[in-house]
Amino acid sequence: MATLNSNVPSGPLAEKWEHHKFYTKLINPANKRKYKIIVVGAGLAGASASATLAELGYEVHNFVFHDSPRRAHSVAAQGGINAAKNYQNDGDSVHRLFYDTIKGGDFRAREANVHRLAEVSVNIIDQCAAQGVPFAREYGGLLDNRSFGGAQVSRTFYARGQTGQQLLLGAYSALNRNIANGGVKSYTHAEMLDLVVVDGHAKGIIVRDLQTGAITRHNGDAVVLATGGYGNVYNLSTYARGANVTASWRAYKRGACFGNPCYTQIHPTCIPVSGDYQSKLTLMSESLRNDGRVWVPKRKEDCGKKPADIAEGDRDYYLERMYSAFGNLAPRDIASRAAKTVCDEGRGVGETGLGVYLDFSAAIQRLGESKVRERYGNLFAMYQEITNENAYQTPMRIYPAVHYTMGGLWVDYNLMSNVPGLFVLGEANFSDHGANRLGASALMQGLSDGYFVLPATISGYLSSQNPGKRPATDSGSFKEAEENVQTMTKRLLGNRGKRTPDSFHKELGKLMWEHCGMARTAPSLEKGIKAIGNLREAYWKEVNVLGESNDWNQSLERAGRIADFIELGELMCRDALMREESCGGHFREEYQYTPDDPETKQGLVNPGDVKRRDDQFAFVAGWEYAGTPDKAPILNKEPLVYEEVKMSTRSYK
Amino acid sequence: MKVTLKVWRQKNRNSPGSFKTYESPELNENMSFLEMLDVVNEQLANRGEEPIAFDHDCREGICGTCSLVIDGKPHGPHKGIATCQTYMRSFKSGDEIVVEPFRAKAFPLVKDLVCDRKSFDRIQQAGGFITVRTGAAPDANSIPVPKPDSDLAMDAAQCIGCGACVAACKNASAMLFVSAKISHLGLMPQGQPERYKRAKAMVEQMDEEGFGACTVTGSCEAVCPKEISLDFIARMNRDYGVALLKGDPKAIKGGGAG
Repeated sequence: MATLNSNVPSGPLAEKWEHHKFYTKLINPANKRKYKIIVVGAGLAGASASATLAELGYEVHNFVFHDSPRRAHSVAAQGGINAAKNYQNDGDSVHRLFYDTIKGGDFRAREANVHRLAEVSVNIIDQCAAQGVPFAREYGGLLDNRSFGGAQVSRTFYARGQTGQQLLLGAYSALNRNIANGGVKSYTHAEMLDLVVVDGHAKGIIVRDLQTGAITRHNGDAVVLATGGYGNVYNLSTYARGANVTASWRAYKRGACFGNPCYTQIHPTCIPVSGDYQSKLTLMSESLRNDGRVWVPKRKEDCGKKPADIAEGDRDYYLERMYSAFGNLAPRDIASRAAKTVCDEGRGVGETGLGVYLDFSAAIQRLGESKVRERYGNLFAMYQEITNENAYQTPMRIYPAVHYTMGGLWVDYNLMSNVPGLFVLGEANFSDHGANRLGASALMQGLSDGYFVLPATISGYLSSQNPGKRPATDSGSFKEAEENVQTMTKRLLGNRGKRTPDSFHKELGKLMWEHCGMARTAPSLEKGIKAIGNLREAYWKEVNVLGESNDWNQSLERAGRIADFIELGELMCRDALMREESCGGHFREEYQYTPDDPETKQGLVNPGDVKRRDDQFAFVAGWEYAGTPDKAPILNKEPLVYEEVKMSTRSYK
Repeated sequence: MKVTLKVWRQKNRNSPGSFKTYESPELNENMSFLEMLDVVNEQLANRGEEPIAFDHDCREGICGTCSLVIDGKPHGPHKGIATCQTYMRSFKSGDEIVVEPFRAKAFPLVKDLVCDRKSFDRIQQAGGFITVRTGAAPDANSIPVPKPDSDLAMDAAQCIGCGACVAACKNASAMLFVSAKISHLGLMPQGQPERYKRAKAMVEQMDEEGFGACTVTGSCEAVCPKEISLDFIARMNRDYGVALLKGDPKAIKGGGAG
């Protein structure tokens, strides 16, 4: 059994971080350069961490599988980044951002981590503005904000529809500066394929050069994974096609616990699936819900009609009906589930019946088309490009799609996993969003971890390590890990099956969406576990990977990643089956309020509202690998202790 | 619909390449161009032929990974749209479509349709940043930026670093890309202290990488998926000119701890 000690410092919540920084051991400036830190990934978390660690004086080696550190999928975030600046004087504060995030996460996040996130949010904006990130501004030259993702204050900073790219370019510029001055050595087209653990500590990685196929060993005094989320386990998602779980999964197989794998965010406003050939789902920014009204026909019979032919009285603006206070701005998990419910009732629209309308006609009437164009012009253009429909004239059709994973490798307050020396940042860790992430909080967490948290906490671990004693790359553990990688490559290329890796990915995606999607039940999850187990066995018999190992080989790259996704899918189903409650993005049909529950009778909840079970499930599930993929993993628990907030029923009525 | 593809195949930099012709299976006009290539690749793989290598990632027009010259045009037929957001409805059934990699000396070929654009990173490493240490930043609102400047900087900052401008230019010039980067930072007050040093360093690195000179024909702007304006090149030239006139700053004599 692994030990999951959160290492949350004692003291009042609002003072924990300050105290912790003070009591964390520092490394003498002259000694910092003797420590070598491996950072995998250069999205917001990886790039900001690499740059900051190098500025502090550590020797940093950064690895990305892309051709350039600027391409990570952080680049695609549209909406914005939250910070408790209260520039709008609308009552925001660190405490309010903290509370909103804890509540948004349905009381399944670690309290102290979330408070720290809210505290450093303000520093992130300062940092990015100083780097020249062209945030939206008011005419006086000061920063503009908008309300986003259901928040009742305007705390979101943004840069047109491409906040992610602009923040990433900021972090990338900081990384570039440190590459130029020698602080960071950058490896591109370099994919991490194994973690090297020496005497229980993470001390290196095995890397494949995607251009030449060369496998190399790299040692370090600590290893930092900032390798993003695993939503592509569903095949269809809003993730980049290359996004994968491989670095995290190989670390899991080396002993790092996987935290809450079943917590998946399904984003409500994506363009619906149109066919089996589809490779990718496109997100339409959530900001559209500020002015768009979501509806479906009241009657099934009307679904085939043109939206313009459905009278106002025959439309069901279901979010406004069900959540009068938040209406169309209800949080993501709630809006997604509501869309699924109305479609399951047979009231979905579009060819597949899996779609709802997002209608701008009221906004166009109120504001005029030019104002709507000014706000959302690029999104309307993108929608037209993909669907060939003009959303100024007819409502958009949207449907939920996999967008983010709240789960990830388990980390303590220092962002260190249960394998000493292995740190995990950004979407790759599990820590800050609980069971559901609020809009504009992913960018905040990535940059918080990379710029401010890890650089302050890593010295605590490094001070216990003697840099002169770093294991050499010819030691046994490195040799064993490299052989492990070589064996897998040979096995994949040597297999002479009849199916392409992608055909397995599609099959896995369908199984995951069916059994571990927006609504989950025990019988369905059990079926999913079995089916995915069979798929795993079939994979190694039937997959056919073409090409060679010593060459650019995209089939080989994908084949390895898909093998990991299949194993992960099984774990996600197990986690979802174990968690007998509904919370955030995890909805178990068995656990919702009925008319007979006392809470329903007291009027606190409505029948059909999700039922969280704090008495039994207020813990983080940290799954531990049992040695082989067919052995059931071991469940470890970290209890969630709330010192400051009271766990309450999450209501957006 | 069905199309015929004439695709550049090349094993690697050291082997000669050639065009190969493939008949697509039945397609749907709502497929993206890259999804069409996925489908063709599945067909090839099922026949035991190695799939066509091509670069792609986000498939939503922002990461700058996808490339491809389609019928002679980088990023295909539409203005302001990257390859990944080009849809098959832009073509007719029966069309022959020619697909090539981005070609430029500074973008050496990796395989088939994939080229290496690391030269862009090196240009930015030469000076494409504002020197600010993490934690040293003043309050964000202590640096007001006039909205028109900020908006113009944002116009430049939209560049996704794909390299289509280079692929379109008969001189393989990178000036639209470099000028976008220089203008973004040079337009912001935060970028002023290093403005001329930055312009000079980046232009020099651009030349060193083997990119050509500007032809002023504007083919770069025409194919840019973010429609970056040619005006930024004039801005870059001015900053570079001023940098040359100013010369290098004098070396500091002495110094050291007191």
